[in-house]
Amino acid sequence: MKCSYACQSEEHRIARRTFLGGLVAGAGAVVGGLGTLTQPALGEQLAKSQKRIIVINMHGGLSQLESWDPKPGTDTGGPFRAIATSVPGLHISELLPETAKIMHHLAVVRSINTAENDHGKGAYMMVTGRRQTPGAVFPEIGAVAAKALSTESSSLPGHIRITPGGGGGRGNDSAYLGPKYASIALDNGKAPENSSRLASLSELSDQERQAFRRKANDHFMSRRRTAMTDAYTSNYEQALLLMQQNHVFDLSKEPEQDHVRYGKHDFGRHCLLARRLIENNVSFVQVSHSNYDTHNENFNFHFEQVGEFDGPFATLVADLADRGLLQNTLIVVLSEFGRTPTINQYYGRDHWGTAWSVVMGGCRVHPGAVYGKTNANGTAVSDLQVDHAQLFHTYLQAVDVDSSQSFDIAGRQLPIADPASGPIKDLLA
Amino acid sequence: MPTDPTQSHITFQWAYCSPLISCRFDPKQRYVFSSAEDNSIQRWSVPSGEKISFTAHDSWVFALEVTSDGETLLSGGGDGRLVWWLTSAEKPEPIRIVDAHHGWIRAVAISPDGKTVATVGNDKLVKLWNFADGSLLRTLTGHEDQIYSVLFHPQGQFLLSGDLLGFVFQWDLANGSLVRKFEAKDLHSYNGGQGVHFGGVRTMAMSPDGKFLACGGLYKAENPLGAVHEPLVMVFEWDSQKLAVSQIAEGLKGTLWRLLYHPDGYLIGACGGSTGGFLLFWKLDQPKDFHRLKLPHLTRDLDLSADKLQVATTHFDRHLRVTTLDAKKA
Repeated sequence: MKCSYACQSEEHRIARRTFLGGLVAGAGAVVGGLGTLTQPALGEQLAKSQKRIIVINMHGGLSQLESWDPKPGTDTGGPFRAIATSVPGLHISELLPETAKIMHHLAVVRSINTAENDHGKGAYMMVTGRRQTPGAVFPEIGAVAAKALSTESSSLPGHIRITPGGGGGRGNDSAYLGPKYASIALDNGKAPENSSRLASLSELSDQERQAFRRKANDHFMSRRRTAMTDAYTSNYEQALLLMQQNHVFDLSKEPEQDHVRYGKHDFGRHCLLARRLIENNVSFVQVSHSNYDTHNENFNFHFEQVGEFDGPFATLVADLADRGLLQNTLIVVLSEFGRTPTINQYYGRDHWGTAWSVVMGGCRVHPGAVYGKTNANGTAVSDLQVDHAQLFHTYLQAVDVDSSQSFDIAGRQLPIADPASGPIKDLLA
Repeated sequence: MPTDPTQSHITFQWAYCSPLISCRFDPKQRYVFSSAEDNSIQRWSVPSGEKISFTAHDSWVFALEVTSDGETLLSGGGDGRLVWWLTSAEKPEPIRIVDAHHGWIRAVAISPDGKTVATVGNDKLVKLWNFADGSLLRTLTGHEDQIYSVLFHPQGQFLLSGDLLGFVFQWDLANGSLVRKFEAKDLHSYNGGQGVHFGGVRTMAMSPDGKFLACGGLYKAENPLGAVHEPLVMVFEWDSQKLAVSQIAEGLKGTLWRLLYHPDGYLIGACGGSTGGFLLFWKLDQPKDFHRLKLPHLTRDLDLSADKLQVATTHFDRHLRVTTLDAKKA
């Protein structure tokens, strides 16, 4: 696939690859991982609370100055103004008028310094909470959420990415947690690959086929049952359950008025699908909005892109709040980095990991909070600097996962998050 | 006196403290006005370069126009405000401020009779204003995306507005009706991978004889977010709407920010992009430029002096430059 970023780096191409797999492997992701936490009791507690996470990934690097940390009237401020929000004293870019109305549900972190200006490395840091190092691969937040938050009884995948395009299939993002927790991509919001019965296969034939498989399985397992054969059997049954629940991915079942409210463009549909998946207890949904890598004409493109983001995002947050889902759903808006305060010769802004912002809300996140700040023209963090590792801990703590614990992977204790870091406690209730 | 653009050379250059955006000559040639990324407008006295700032906008000023008598400056900003100024005021203050658009004003034009002002903006609206009192005369709707450029037909009967999607709407000023559309679609592209619309009719110019409409901007947008594209002019026959010629500048990457026809029979374009800043010159019917003047830095706007001998340009390197379209005097 042709790289969609402006700077055409190799990291982008690698990051965008998907590793295709069959539905059987995908269905494995529904197996909850709570039992493999070092404290199984915690897993049971989490399962009862049914916490979930939605991540909105602003691909390419959203400008903090045209979103969460505007600096109008300064040498770096650009042409857009700031507007008041539903939180007294909190101003965000005028490009977010609908989001401004629901900011009392959200919190802004304005003091991120990841010191990373590379797309691939920055993206990795923001979704794993670790810096890339040779020989070490860490699971993404979605895989961790699928393992820690999904229940054994769930018949749906726990880690779903809704992509603007680029194909469906499995991601390579679960590292040592194993392929069970790798993402399933919904290509432009379409249902998972191979999740419908083939049209050439009648329902009766399918039932007979499955019955024969079960009979053969039972015969085999009566003499040679192992953990491996159990897993295979489980995967097949989970796949069948998923096929029975294929309607979960069918947006046509949502009311027409909701399609209108969210907008009939891709991002609107994807946000509506995220709501539908969360309402069906999928543990983790990531929605991508592309592309913010605006080295050229940053202001025109942010007008276009943020303008498209604003309505559906605000509608999603408002719906989650109205339906009582926000208390159990963490929503995060992140990027791989921000954009330079300095405006370049093409009216653009470049990569900037030194002083930028992320927004989150729901679960234990203090609504309406503003954490940290940058200096007058946004060129540096001036108070309460944080990094990717702290954010990663914070996301997990917000959904009641004790990020100081470890996963028990075949007897190895692997820290859930960077053990040298911790959450932003002031953001959490 | 006929000009010789092949002998063009920079006559003046004056530095400001912020990158410059737009520029317009005072028709009396006492001043050149520019706008900057610090939200201000500058009045530069010619030839001294003495500078006075005009401040009233809360955003960048994307559009400047001066009345034909040279007495009034109009500025349109990203704050949606249309502001009237006395050009020669010792201590410039707004004469009138109108909240004209929701969001950016992209372009402003003054009718040939000086009675009507047209504005266009990101709110997809074309608005007509009474110059004398700032009252709204008419709002024209129909564009489906941001409007970048506006131009009164020299005979005063029609108004043209050009948008991001490459459409030019021709409006009848007598009743506000849409007469027809020109489709300069080569100036627009949608990049599915990046998910962005790009290009648009950034500038328009009518040939002195009224037979041709030139629409300028960019094409070959291989990487919109990375500034990989090339300048393009699409020249349409006014009567038939047929594409008469597409004018390019081989080897250059960038956008045509403004086009103006020179009465000596050529088209001038201000081009800025990754290959730098250029003044480009095309004969009316020729696809390739017959001359290009490399400027010291990336160019963002141009204007032609009333005597048609000088071109003012604004630059990212914070300079306003004035180029003479002729050989240096001995």
